[in-house]
Amino acid sequence: MKTTIFSLAALSLMGILVFGAGIAISDSDRRYYQEDDDDDRWERMMRRSTGVAVKSSPTYKEECGSCHMAYPPGLLPSSSWRRIMGGLADHFGDNAELDEQMTQQISNFLISNAADKSRYRRSRQMTAAIHPSTGLAPMRISENPYFKHEHDEISVRVIKQSGATSLSHCNACHQRAEQGSFNEHEIWIKGLGRWDD
Amino acid sequence: MNVRLISLTLLAFVLNIAIANDEVIPGNAENGRLLWTLETTVKGDVRSCSTCHTADPRQPGKHTRTGKPIKPLSPSINPASLTDLKKINKWFHRNCKWTLGRVCTAQEKADVLAFLRSN
Repeated sequence: MKTTIFSLAALSLMGILVFGAGIAISDSDRRYYQEDDDDDRWERMMRRSTGVAVKSSPTYKEECGSCHMAYPPGLLPSSSWRRIMGGLADHFGDNAELDEQMTQQISNFLISNAADKSRYRRSRQMTAAIHPSTGLAPMRISENPYFKHEHDEISVRVIKQSGATSLSHCNACHQRAEQGSFNEHEIWIKGLGRWDD
Repeated sequence: MNVRLISLTLLAFVLNIAIANDEVIPGNAENGRLLWTLETTVKGDVRSCSTCHTADPRQPGKHTRTGKPIKPLSPSINPASLTDLKKINKWFHRNCKWTLGRVCTAQEKADVLAFLRSN
């Protein structure tokens, strides 16, 4: 008898939960469809949680993208971009010097669109690495604790297999990385195929 | 009169391009080839132009660090190559420093350009 009462109570509780959730969903749906740009909004919401903002600059793509993927600026906080742009003569071992005007132009682009100025989830996570007292974060995207955590299952063997030289080669697996999209469903690794987390 | 003016302007334009593009110092393609494959040890790394560009300028290259593909530098394969003076200067500056650990002399640049253009 007691069991029956308990089960009934549990069932009705579940019913209320499901019903309530239904109302919540339909409510948010209604708000959704009243918008003219539903698709845009959906896309924006998805991106906000799985990517970083799409920002592009032809100059940036030309000057930086000729040697490596033009990393979306939302992957590093402004203090890191500032340090990178201030040391192009030794750019992770390479010489990447630019003239003063070009350096300034690209710095402005990177800093004004940096992770700490973005509300996108992944940008905010990257910003979380800023040291509270020094105000500095790693210069390498791949040294960011959040990045490391997200890639801790990727072995050296998988990296080699994908054709990448290191984890810095985002678009070897994240097919739309250059467009700021890091959705897990867009991961495709050479030799492995789709990646299921 | 008009035709003369136009042709003069055109000539000046062509000459300008020629001066901008073609090294004032005559380059020696053979010396350029030698420099292209010369191996130098910089920061414990053995480097040469061909590390990234391969020994044959007609072949596509690959950035040794990032793996990013590099288009062939030979103008016979890639007509857009070596046509922009600003780019030529930028890449000589960066890449001479990386490859040789110093800037290149005007003669060295002329030689390398002659080598690349002869391919």
